[in-house]
Order: sequence, then structure tokens, then C-alpha cells
Amino acid sequence: MDLHLKVEVLDAKTREQLCFLDKVEPHSTIGDIKSLFYKLYPRWYPARQSLTLDPKGKFLRDEEILQSLPVGTTATMYFKDLGPQLGWTTVFFAENIGPLLIYLLFYFRVPYIYSDRCAFTSSPHKVVTMACVCHTFHYLKRLIETIFVHRFSHGSMPLRTIVKNCLYYWGFSAWLAYYINHPLYTPPSYGEVQVHYAMVIFAICEMGNFSIHLSLSHLRGDRSRGRRFPVPSKNPFTWLFFFVSCPNHTYEVGTWVSFSIMTQCLPVAVFTVLGFIQMTVWAKGKHRAYVREFKDYPAVRVAIIPLIL
Amino acid sequence: MASSEEDGTVEEKENNNKKRTKSALTTAWLTFYNIAMTAGWLVLAMAMLRFYIKKGTHKGLYRSIARTLKFFQTFALVEVGHCAIGIVRTSVIVTGVQVCSRIFMVWLVASSIRQIQNEESVILFLVVWTVTEITRYSYYTFKLLNHLPYFVKWARYNFFIVLYPLGVIGELLSIYAALPFVRRSGMYSMRLPNKYNVSFDYYYCLIIVMLSYIPCKETVCLEPTFKLLQTSFSCKTHLTHSKGSKLAVRMRSINKKVIGSISSISENYG
Repeated sequence: MDLHLKVEVLDAKTREQLCFLDKVEPHSTIGDIKSLFYKLYPRWYPARQSLTLDPKGKFLRDEEILQSLPVGTTATMYFKDLGPQLGWTTVFFAENIGPLLIYLLFYFRVPYIYSDRCAFTSSPHKVVTMACVCHTFHYLKRLIETIFVHRFSHGSMPLRTIVKNCLYYWGFSAWLAYYINHPLYTPPSYGEVQVHYAMVIFAICEMGNFSIHLSLSHLRGDRSRGRRFPVPSKNPFTWLFFFVSCPNHTYEVGTWVSFSIMTQCLPVAVFTVLGFIQMTVWAKGKHRAYVREFKDYPAVRVAIIPLIL
Repeated sequence: MASSEEDGTVEEKENNNKKRTKSALTTAWLTFYNIAMTAGWLVLAMAMLRFYIKKGTHKGLYRSIARTLKFFQTFALVEVGHCAIGIVRTSVIVTGVQVCSRIFMVWLVASSIRQIQNEESVILFLVVWTVTEITRYSYYTFKLLNHLPYFVKWARYNFFIVLYPLGVIGELLSIYAALPFVRRSGMYSMRLPNKYNVSFDYYYCLIIVMLSYIPCKETVCLEPTFKLLQTSFSCKTHLTHSKGSKLAVRMRSINKKVIGSISSISENYG
């Protein structure tokens, strides 16, 4: 008995047949189909392909096996071109290197930003230097995490998204760097006390954020024990897991709130608020996914702000 | 068994009744809203005509209708609410952007910068808006009452071809005329140094607004318009193709998109 399946790939928009694959092993994955498709159409590398069983349905993951899908002996799939894709690591790298360098341009008062006589001068305020150190440290930490710590799930992201994200991060960092390093910058109203307290909170939140990222990457790496949700460990920073599903976002918000207090700069506060809104959306999505997947998920946990949100 | 079936149908009936009363209520509200807005813009049109006939000039016309204009244009914010709760099938963002740009023109340009109120460009966009809104709201009203006169439908889909560019010209010229007054007075602006380490220059903000007319209006209005004109020309030559042919399938899908775009262009300008 011929156990092989046939796969027919149609264009999702025009419904014309793009390829017909004969004699496909039933236990081959969607990833295999994508590679075969790529051989016929070298322009569409696998990361760019979206294959679905229904023209308007969700795309099939690469790991899915043909046999487990609800198809007969001939599987009909619909193809959509996702556009040029870039790996997540590249995306994160581009998003974080920009703010790092742009802020430094403003800190060193490169010519043409402020008036000519201020070029390459430095601010008399200590807080400006501290802010630069904090900001640079934050983005350096992010870059290091991108290279060594994070384990990304999907392979890639469309080109349009990376352009949009880079514009957002780079634009905002230029805007807030402009004011903090401006010759007419006004230091915080409560002076050194405000700056020092804010720095302490900044340091705590950065350490917390790092601990959470480490703990999440260990969870990902430990595939032998199946899928589990993150739990608090011996590290006190991870104890926030008792209360929230996404403490990394909580700590990130804390970082930016403390940075706004440290610099007392309205554009930083605006950036913090927008970041908080976006991270809340992400955290709520993640929280919902956890609750749906794990029946024993702790009921006391909320998405991002302990006991509140 | 029988009782649970009965319960099921009773519950279904209750749900259907709830849906019916809900949709009757929403239709009633929408009809009232659209009638009220048509009436409001008609009142504006009458007031403008009366002023012009009486005084023979457009100077002082804006002042005389400013309050009514502010009221009815601001009330249009309600439409964003309609989209948000789903009783009107349009994107919240599209409607939001359109209403906000109108409110911006009324409150932050025309009403607050007195020196441009006698400019011809202001009268231009006022006239365009009035005709547009009367057409739009009366179209919605008739549609809700299930009695759409052909003229209203024709007006809705054709007026914008002339009104849209005229409106854009009027608005842009008005903002341009306002620029020197904004610069001189430094209104709505904040300079360094200040406690919150932020600055805002309304003059440059207006310039950015003027520049943003190009991408915004292009994506929201021009692109769908071009597609519409393209298909209406090509449709006429391809009517002989059979229903099932690939081209016919494509035409049908483009037509669907075009009709969707018409409603979105017309949302915004016509």
C-alpha cells in the first residue's frame, strides 16, 4: 500500500497551483515541505513562506508533522509570501545599538546638534554624566543579553517591522538624549537625594531584569522536562514570580520610571508611559497563554503589576 | 429531555429578543445622530449663505459661525465611540484620525489664530466641509431608513473627486497663512530652560502637520481612489469574461476591496 501523501500548494490570493509534490513521506514536517518548495522557487526562502490549510487561517508551524494534520491523501495548502525576513537576533541588535550610539553622540555634544560654541563641551551637572552611564549600561546589557542569553522562538521578523521598531527606539532615544544633554538642562528639583535614590532603584531593576532573563533562558534550554512555566528560584530577584507572570517587563518599567525621576525630563516620562502600555499588552498576552496552557498555574499571579494589573 | 429542549429554545428566543432590541436601539440612535448632524451642518450652510448675502463679503463670516461649527465638529467625536463599540463597521483609528484632524483645524488653527479668520482659504475649507458633511450624513440617514435616493448615492461617490483636493488646498493654505502669526506670538510653545526639560515649538509642529498631509492623505484617500478609477475603466472592457475565469475572480476581489475603499475614502472626504 502506498503510504505516501501528495501535497498541493496553492497561492492564497489567486488560488493558482504553485507546485504539486508527489510521494511525500507522511512523517515529514512543514519545514520539509518549505525546503522542497524553496527548491522550486529559490526566491522564497523557508522563513518567508507562510503555509496554511485554510486561506484565511493561521500559519502552520515548522515542527508540525503532515500525518497529524487534518488532511486526506492529498494535502492542499495555501501559500503567502511574508516578505523579506530578518533573524530576531539581527532585529534586537539593530534596535539596541542605535540608542546606545545616538545617546553618546548627544552626550559628547557632537557639532550641529546644539549651538557651535557648545560643541564637544561637557555639562557641569553630575546627573548628566550619571544618566549617560545608566543609559549606556542599559543598552549594553541588552546587547549582551541578545548575544548570550536570549533564546528566540520563531526564526525571523518581517523587514517592515524592523524599520518601524528601529525608528521608534532610535527616534525616542534621540529625543530624550537631546534634552538631557542640552546646555540649558535643569537638574532635578530635589537635587542629589532624588538622583541617588533613583540610581539605587535603577540598579535594582536592572539586576532584577537580568535575573529574570537568565531564569527564562534556563527554562527554555531545559527541554528534557517538557513545557513548564517559570517559578521563583533562590535568587531574590526572581521572587517577583510569586506575583507576576512577566517580571522582566515589571523590572523594565521600574528601570525607566527611575530613569525619568533621575533626569526629571518629560520626554523620558513619555517614553516610559508608552513602553508601559506596550509591555502591559505583551504581558497580558503571555499571562493569558500561561493560564490557558497550565492547569495548575498559580491564581495569585497577575500579568505585570503585582496584585493590580 | 423535553423540558431541557424547551429551556434551550426559550433561552434562544430571549437572546434573539435581546439582539433585536439592541439593534433596534442602535439603529434608532444612529438615525437620530445622523439626522441631527445633517441638520446641524445645514444650519451652518444657511448661516454662511445668509451672512454672505447680507454683508456681501466673507470678512467676519468665520466669527459669526464659529460657535456652531465648534459644536457640531466636536460632536463628531461620538463617531469614534460608535466604531469602538462596534455599531459602525469602520476602523477606530481611521475615524479617529479624521475627526482629530478636523478638530485640530477648528480649535487649534482657525479659532485660535484670529488673524487668519478672514482668509479666503478658511472659507474654502468651510464650504467644502459643509457640502461634504451634509452629503455624508444624509447618505447615512437615508441608508438607515432604507430609502436611498439615487442623487444622494451619486453625490456621495462623486462629490469627493472635486471636494477632496479643494478641501486639502483650503486647509493647507490656512495653516500656511497662520505660520507667521504663530512664529511672532510664540503661542502654544514652551522653551528651555524649564523644570521638566522639554520644549515644544508650535511653529515647527504646524510645518510637520503640513508635511504629513502627503503620506496621510495618500494612504487614506488617493491610493484607493486610483484603484477605483483603474478598475472602473478596466471593468467595462472585461464584462464578457465568464464568471469562473481567473480574471473574473480577481475582478470580484478587487471590486470588494474597492467598495471597501470607497466607504473609507468617503468616510474621510465625501
